[in-house]
Amino acid sequence: MFEDAIGNLSNKVKNTVERGAVRKFADAIGDAHPIFVDEEAGKTSRYGRNIAPPTFPRVFDYGEIAGLELPNKGLIHGEQIYHYERPLLVGEDIHCWTEVKDYKEKAGKSGTMGILSLEGKGEDQGGNLVFRAEQVVIITEAVRRGMEA
Amino acid sequence: MSAIVEKKAGDTLPPVTLPPVTRLDLIKYAGASGDYNPIHTIDDEAEKAGLPGIIAHGMWTMGNLAKLFTPYYEEGFIETYQIRFRGMVFLDDVISLQANVSEQQEDKITFDVSAKNQKDEDVIKGKVVFSLD
Repeated sequence: MFEDAIGNLSNKVKNTVERGAVRKFADAIGDAHPIFVDEEAGKTSRYGRNIAPPTFPRVFDYGEIAGLELPNKGLIHGEQIYHYERPLLVGEDIHCWTEVKDYKEKAGKSGTMGILSLEGKGEDQGGNLVFRAEQVVIITEAVRRGMEA
Repeated sequence: MSAIVEKKAGDTLPPVTLPPVTRLDLIKYAGASGDYNPIHTIDDEAEKAGLPGIIAHGMWTMGNLAKLFTPYYEEGFIETYQIRFRGMVFLDDVISLQANVSEQQEDKITFDVSAKNQKDEDVIKGKVVFSLD
């Protein structure tokens, strides 16, 4: 059902690695380490600033992709990969967008499932790629039927 | 804590066992991540989705697992973090986080990583490439 969306890109969205958001996120995963949350520790670190945890890009806005309207319920997250050129720095702006890399349907025991592969990217103010985020989402038969109804 | 750069194939990072998963953990993660899918916080919605109860966000578990590496950021950073979501995490589950060195190169160390529940079942599994750059 999303075959036609393969190759579609979202618009680019500016996101800021906000200090408060990083603190809240680090706390929510039980990892409020000084490298993430203590300003002095950040200054004296090899990065010269606080950094964000590697799964922090989950909070970014990646824009809207034409032809890809996903339900907000019932999706299964199958796989997640992050590739970093360097860690995210607290306070910097990151421009994010996403692309539909692939969509397949596969017959299984509980009906046909859709397998959607998305790739998000984030680049810094200088236009340098900072990270790529690949994601595989499983769309079950029940969810697909709900969307067609 | 010894330096990560000295780790060799077969070595492990100090494992972490999390306290039993609480509803508040998942409410906090929903707020911090912006993932408000109700199967993670509202019993009725989880049941409507055919689940026995609310389940943790896969990304909550993935986020937790990364903390095994946090003490080593003065030596390098996580270059690749690759995870497959294998099983669901329910309230009161006790999750253990593990990282074992699978390969050591001059400028990178590759780890097999996993989070297991109290029944020793993998809930997430994958690998981390730590760059010593």
